[in-house]
Amino acid sequence: MGILAWTWIIVGASFALYIGIAFWAKAKSTADFYAAEQSVHPILNGMATGADWMSAASFISMAGLISFLGRDGSMYLMGWTGGYVLLAMLLAPYLRKYGKFTVPQFIGDRYYSQSARVIALCCAIFVSFTYVAGQMRGVGIVFARFLEMDINTGVIVGMALVFLYATMGGMKGITYTQVAQYVVLIIAYMIPAIFVSIMLTGNPIPQLGYGSAISAGGAQILGDASVQGKYLLDVVDGLHKDLGFAAYTSGQRPMIDVFFITIALMVGTAGLPHVIIRFFTVPKIRDARSSAGYALICIAILYTTAPAVAAFARVNFIKTLHNVEYAQAPSWFKNWEKTKLVAWKDKNGDGVMQYAKGAITDDKSANELKIDNDIIVLASPEIAKLPNWVVALVAAGGLAAALSTAAGLLLVIAAAVSHDLLKSFLTPNMTEKQELLAARIAAGVAVCIAGLFGIYPPGFVAQVVAFAFGLAAASFFPAIIMGVFNRKINVYGAMTGMIVGIVFTAGYIIWFKFMNPASYNVAANWWFGISPEGIGTVGMFLNFICAWVVSKFTPEPPMEVQELVLSLRYPGKNVPKASSH
Amino acid sequence: MQDDKVKMQAYWKENLTYITILLSIWFVVSYVCGILIADPLDAMSIGGFKLGFWFANQGSEVIFVILIFVYVWLMNNLDRKYDVHED
Repeated sequence: MGILAWTWIIVGASFALYIGIAFWAKAKSTADFYAAEQSVHPILNGMATGADWMSAASFISMAGLISFLGRDGSMYLMGWTGGYVLLAMLLAPYLRKYGKFTVPQFIGDRYYSQSARVIALCCAIFVSFTYVAGQMRGVGIVFARFLEMDINTGVIVGMALVFLYATMGGMKGITYTQVAQYVVLIIAYMIPAIFVSIMLTGNPIPQLGYGSAISAGGAQILGDASVQGKYLLDVVDGLHKDLGFAAYTSGQRPMIDVFFITIALMVGTAGLPHVIIRFFTVPKIRDARSSAGYALICIAILYTTAPAVAAFARVNFIKTLHNVEYAQAPSWFKNWEKTKLVAWKDKNGDGVMQYAKGAITDDKSANELKIDNDIIVLASPEIAKLPNWVVALVAAGGLAAALSTAAGLLLVIAAAVSHDLLKSFLTPNMTEKQELLAARIAAGVAVCIAGLFGIYPPGFVAQVVAFAFGLAAASFFPAIIMGVFNRKINVYGAMTGMIVGIVFTAGYIIWFKFMNPASYNVAANWWFGISPEGIGTVGMFLNFICAWVVSKFTPEPPMEVQELVLSLRYPGKNVPKASSH
Repeated sequence: MQDDKVKMQAYWKENLTYITILLSIWFVVSYVCGILIADPLDAMSIGGFKLGFWFANQGSEVIFVILIFVYVWLMNNLDRKYDVHED
């Protein structure tokens, strides 16, 4: 059976599964819709958090990104996992003890202020929309590449699916679909990685494989008997040196920038509302702690495999393409040429492909090859000569990653609108039933807006990802941490801190990404060599400092708020069950 | 009532100690070993991995997972000690 037929079957089956789960997990109350009735097992919540967290970019693009960045790519690996340690120790258990539904609600209660809640809710909506736009586009792209459909049709199919299970099941439907999506995406990611690892090094564990020596079979695939028995990473370093690149295992970016970006990503992760609310769904406080651990295991399985996939791809690309006659190019290269993800331009007219520094479009560079980041995961089953159904599985995995993240984000938006804006602010007299309906409508509207972003992607989507992490790091994270760990922080401090953090971070990003040409966005012009991606870290520190200083000189929070803070720190026998206000 | 308050403060203090120790390890494996002193660490290797590269690429993630479960274990014991363990 051909690749296309297999893809239709496997993608179709996975969609049928998600829809089935949606019907089974229909939300009956607002507690169900916002927090899955706080009855999700911590291991299942860990899997759901993994799927929620790992987006189309993690699944499709990350390995490729690392393959071209070498050790600098580690800032993504550490940055997107380290936040879970912060969640487990500094946020999740206390927010679970608080026992309500949304992050803006916590901010509003802790800082006894509707305005604080409104700032938080605007942030939550902004962060979630920037993030979701990329996901819907990702769905469209997977459809287009694997099912030969129009990108926009793909976006609409994805929208319809998310619409169905997010509006029907709310958090409950999303949680159980995400569990299924995690299983699909992790299998799809691991199978090709395991086979490539066996082929090149004989080690079936890819995480260890890329630190192993190249096997006889591997040397044959790479077409160079002399590399047999050498460590794979040493071979990659050697190839890099021959081609004039810096060693693969060495760092290139300024250390201070790597440092700040890593902090911004970690803290941003811990401050992203769609990640935080997952910990509202478990039954007990101790489950919130362990659930963060299970989530990180689920995530780390993929995140420790990605650098292996990256290194395997790197050696394979250079060895099987560089200085090889085009007529002898491997079949996967020719298959993927039509997608324009790989390309060859014979600049010197010798019929041989040459790889070097510089862009293919730059005529001064000797480089004749274009290799897109995404190809590294997408083409890996073909490179490993795996059967067609594995290729189809990778398509289903990419879709699962994109859809699960989109659904989690849409729920944050829906809850922010129905719970934080309508119920608490504009129309407080809503009944439970009306609020549930409002939440469903809000989710539906959010899906449609996200779909529009997918069909008409604003040109700045790629640039604003830094925004999502930077803002989460500079606003939510300090406000929540201080809300729990320092009971003297008052509304004035928290508001000043959030506003300073947001304005500073957003201002810096807008200045470098939107107000000036790309050529201005370079290390020489950055403050202290910190790129816009890492500036959220500075915003976070400013937030902490402002909040602390302002709180020193203004009246203490009321006693009942200080008591609320103390109660968050102590589990107590009875965890309050969620109430609807 | 007063008793509860004292107990609670002691519980919170122990929790803060655990957090401080574990987050120090968290900082050392990622920011120190994976970024700040990664280059000198690269002089050593385990298997085919240079040490600094390994910390940055895989080691910190593995240690992060271990840290969370150590914290879970410590806190479960602490909850029992203070008799606030949830059923």
